[in-house]
Amino acid sequence: MDNLDQIVSEAQSAFAAISDPDALEQVKARFLGKSGQITELLKGLGKLSPEEKKTAGAAINVAKTAVETALNQRREAIRKAALEARLAEEALDVTLPGRAEARGGLHPVTRTLERIEALFRSIGFDVADGPEIEEDFFNFTAMNTPEDHPARSMHDTFYLQNPDGSIADKVLLRTHTSPIQARYMKAHVERHGQLEKMPEIRIIAPGRVYRVDSDATHSPMFNQVEGLWVGEGVSFADLKGVIADFLKSFFETDDLVVRFRPSFFPFTEPSAEIDVAFMSGALKGRWLEIAGCGMVHPDVLRIAGIDPEKYTGFAFGFGQDRLTMLRYGVNDLRLFFEGDLRFLRQFA
Amino acid sequence: MKFSESWLRTLVDTQLSSEELSHLLTMAGLEVEGLEPVAPQFNDVVVAQVLEVVKHPDADRLNVCKVDTGRGEPTTIVCGAPNVAVGLRVPCALPGAKLPGDFIIKIAKVRGIESSGMLCSAKELGIAEEASGLLILPDDAPVGQSIRQYLDLDDNQFELKLTPNRADCLSLTGVAREVAAIAGAQAKFVDVPEVIATIADQRAVVLDAPEACPLYYGRVLNGVNAKAPTPEWMKRRLERSAIRSISALVDVTNYVMLELGQPLHAFDNTRLEGSVHARMAKPEEKLLLLNEQTINIDADILVIADDAKPLAMAGIMGGEESGITLETSELFLESAFFAPKAIAGRARRYGFGSDASHRFERGVDFGGAKRAIERATQLIIDICGGAAGPVTEAKAEMPARNPVRLRTARACAVIGMTFSPEEIADLFNGLGLPFVREGNNFLVTPPTWRFDIEIEEDLIEEIARLHGYDNIPAPAPRGNMKMMVQPEAQRPAARVRQMLVDRGYQEVVNFAFVEEAWEADFAAKTAEADLIRLANPIASQMAVMRSTLFGGLISNLVTNLKRKQNRVRLFETGRAFERNAAATPVAGFVQSWKLSGLAYGGALPEGWGSAARKVDFFDVKGDLEALLAPAQLCFEKLVHPALHPGRAARVLLDGHEIGCLGELHPEWVQKYDLPLAPVVFELDFDAVKSVQVPVYAEVSKFPPVIRDLAIVVDQSVALQTLIDGFKGQVSNLIQDIQLFDVYVGKGVPENKKSLAFRIVMQDTQRTLQDSEVDAAMQQLVSCFERAFGAQLRA
Repeated sequence: MDNLDQIVSEAQSAFAAISDPDALEQVKARFLGKSGQITELLKGLGKLSPEEKKTAGAAINVAKTAVETALNQRREAIRKAALEARLAEEALDVTLPGRAEARGGLHPVTRTLERIEALFRSIGFDVADGPEIEEDFFNFTAMNTPEDHPARSMHDTFYLQNPDGSIADKVLLRTHTSPIQARYMKAHVERHGQLEKMPEIRIIAPGRVYRVDSDATHSPMFNQVEGLWVGEGVSFADLKGVIADFLKSFFETDDLVVRFRPSFFPFTEPSAEIDVAFMSGALKGRWLEIAGCGMVHPDVLRIAGIDPEKYTGFAFGFGQDRLTMLRYGVNDLRLFFEGDLRFLRQFA
Repeated sequence: MKFSESWLRTLVDTQLSSEELSHLLTMAGLEVEGLEPVAPQFNDVVVAQVLEVVKHPDADRLNVCKVDTGRGEPTTIVCGAPNVAVGLRVPCALPGAKLPGDFIIKIAKVRGIESSGMLCSAKELGIAEEASGLLILPDDAPVGQSIRQYLDLDDNQFELKLTPNRADCLSLTGVAREVAAIAGAQAKFVDVPEVIATIADQRAVVLDAPEACPLYYGRVLNGVNAKAPTPEWMKRRLERSAIRSISALVDVTNYVMLELGQPLHAFDNTRLEGSVHARMAKPEEKLLLLNEQTINIDADILVIADDAKPLAMAGIMGGEESGITLETSELFLESAFFAPKAIAGRARRYGFGSDASHRFERGVDFGGAKRAIERATQLIIDICGGAAGPVTEAKAEMPARNPVRLRTARACAVIGMTFSPEEIADLFNGLGLPFVREGNNFLVTPPTWRFDIEIEEDLIEEIARLHGYDNIPAPAPRGNMKMMVQPEAQRPAARVRQMLVDRGYQEVVNFAFVEEAWEADFAAKTAEADLIRLANPIASQMAVMRSTLFGGLISNLVTNLKRKQNRVRLFETGRAFERNAAATPVAGFVQSWKLSGLAYGGALPEGWGSAARKVDFFDVKGDLEALLAPAQLCFEKLVHPALHPGRAARVLLDGHEIGCLGELHPEWVQKYDLPLAPVVFELDFDAVKSVQVPVYAEVSKFPPVIRDLAIVVDQSVALQTLIDGFKGQVSNLIQDIQLFDVYVGKGVPENKKSLAFRIVMQDTQRTLQDSEVDAAMQQLVSCFERAFGAQLRA
């Protein structure tokens, strides 16, 4: 029986010395194969008496089980080691950058536009659009600014040339988004004018406008957003309320003061300029002019076919670029129109 | 308008500080754009007289002066100024004085001689940019008086940014009237007595165009010394109003204009023949103006003329020949009212403006014209001597001052707060607006100086303004709730933009006016009939309206390449403009919204993880397909001036052309100095925004049958042609045909290509039989064979 213990311990140490799975199976044959040591011992049982066979057989089986256990343990250990090795080999540098596509970005003025639209939509303002090459009539006359009106010198207007070189006298590049008011009101009256009570007009109208002006704070093309609310009993106080609500929502702060200052526009009466001052930050305490506004002039309503005795309204025009500059701290208007990716990506 | 604060304070009595006054004016609608001290801070500088000048024994350029500073014994001062001389009165900084720049004057030895002060130049006092020597004061400057007091240096220059409706504030009197109203102060207007005529000389005045000129005062002055110097106080006030002193006569007319708001004109009376006429220009009249410009006077220009010739553009600019000079001794002085409508826009048409036209086109107080001529006469006689004739008055029908009705209830409704009629009456009284009460209504007669009170709203504005916009409530927005329609077949622009952003494109905004060359290069527009040219472009590279957004994008690319940005993806949404007589809403011009983009450089951002590959046509085509999905776009070959002829496609949606896509033409790649060709696209933005509202179709419960099919066709056959070819020709069991491989090379004959398709067949009602599938495939193959000579690939 000493022999059996020796076989078992021999097998155990033989298995332990091996780390290759194929080699292990070959060594296994030395013990458990057709002519392996254990197999030979089992074959030898036939020569023994039934009594001896029983005792010896049991002993051999114990040894066989021990060898098999050792074998299985070794197989498992080798499998695990192989797995460990594979995992180690497959390990990534997880800090390498991802393989994602680059993302683009919106233009900062568009960001502002989308926020303005969302804020005004939330209080029931629809968004309107109008042409940029505009008729003189809608840009000026319908806005109560007849030819030779001194207010026309406030706008340095771009005019167009006819193919024969003469100046096209009925059209121009719109100098403000206000003509959209006139067009919208006219269409609204055509649609609803026959009703006893016309539905309210509540719109904003963003867009590009053009003036003959170019320096650090003026661009010959810039962006405005017009607002218009016409209905029964709409007052200057309502205008103040809407503007104050908008500015606080747009800048996401109560830490600003809004001031309305009397001014003049041919298409509003009373008219005001809107200044804001922030109570903190880089621009603390400075009054910044950001919009013009006022009650829609009765002549403007009348030209559009609206009875100013029955309906009143207010209109305002913000500089979208100016709002964007204040919101993000941009200090040069020209950056918006240069297409420099290093600038634009900051707003992605 | 600029003016001196101390001048204003002579006309209105207020205790307000400069800053308070400034705030008050701004909040009343007279925006203060500037408030600057006329001189920097300094002290202890007095008027001194030079008594003795002796060369410094040890310095060539220095003098030792004895100076009377009005403080007892003469003071010794060493002075280096070249213009120092005995008898002069000059500013002297006393020991202890602190000059601008924190320069402190001490008693000190200069080359061994003790100097007790400093004689000053205007520059040293900070009241001039440059100086060549001491500031020489008039001989009557009181020795010992503080120079700040003598030169009125404790003054501020106000600058008002006036709106066109407030022409009444284009004078000191007007501003004083406004300050009195808003501050509740007392105005102290200048007392102007009539100047009694001492000579009989007179010139008749004829109003030939009484609507344009309904009021004209003229007066002859003789024996005037035009060379007399303008008094210092007047010069100072003019300078602080940003008007240069020219000569006594010109200065007086400008001074009265600033003081009273009435522009005046002085003619050399010896150049006038017969009567003075205010008439419209006659055909082909010419005039040499004071600005040395000779103009052809348009028929709608009001002129002042004598019996023989035009003398001046009335209310705009005088003529050179009848103008006054330093030799003039006989004057004809004019103070008239010209109707705003007769003046408006005329000066601008000729490309200039004047202080007079600026005022007349906005409206001048016609109640003040007489006062102004009296005031000017008195000042001329005081300064230049001479004698005045009687005032000639020519008067026609004056502008109507129709009473304007104000309803208290209307004012409350428009402003959005309650006012009592009494409050309103108080406000009107403060402004000097005469009215009659009719219960709660007011009938207000606009005063002669206000041209902006024509309708009820004008009065409502006055109420709101004087009450203070700050004191009007600002209630939270209110309104009737109503849902807003958001058509599902219309994607918001924001969503489309976001999709491009998600695919790597950066939005840009470019000018709508572009270089003419861009229109030629990218749109082949060179004929005048095709271009939309600006009449007054700001620069030649912004001269024509764009018909395509490509130019801006290419220019952005060039800019960014210079800044070492090697992978560029850009897009812009904006209008493109083309001439078209039938266009709406503005006849003659199509102004359609475009969505345009550009891709340049690596297909992916450079990185360790992907093989470097340049972006190509199909990358961008993939972007467009994704942008429009689930709608199916079609593409067909296109010849386009901007694009490579072999790599350009027309983009079609539901059979309609919606834009183009392609590689930039090699010619432009070279011209614009691009290392690689960008791929660009331009789509009709409205088409991109429109989408189908989904319609449900039954999903089959039965398994699909998938077969692959490879055919060989001529290289020149476009895939789209094949697809179009079997439309309607094949079994409707075929649900989908996908191209999954294109192969050219070994095993495929020359000039042929192999196309491999995956065919998906399915029926919603049953499992397909092999025989049906085979038949459908056979039908497809024969269709390919028939139409394109395709062969099954072995």
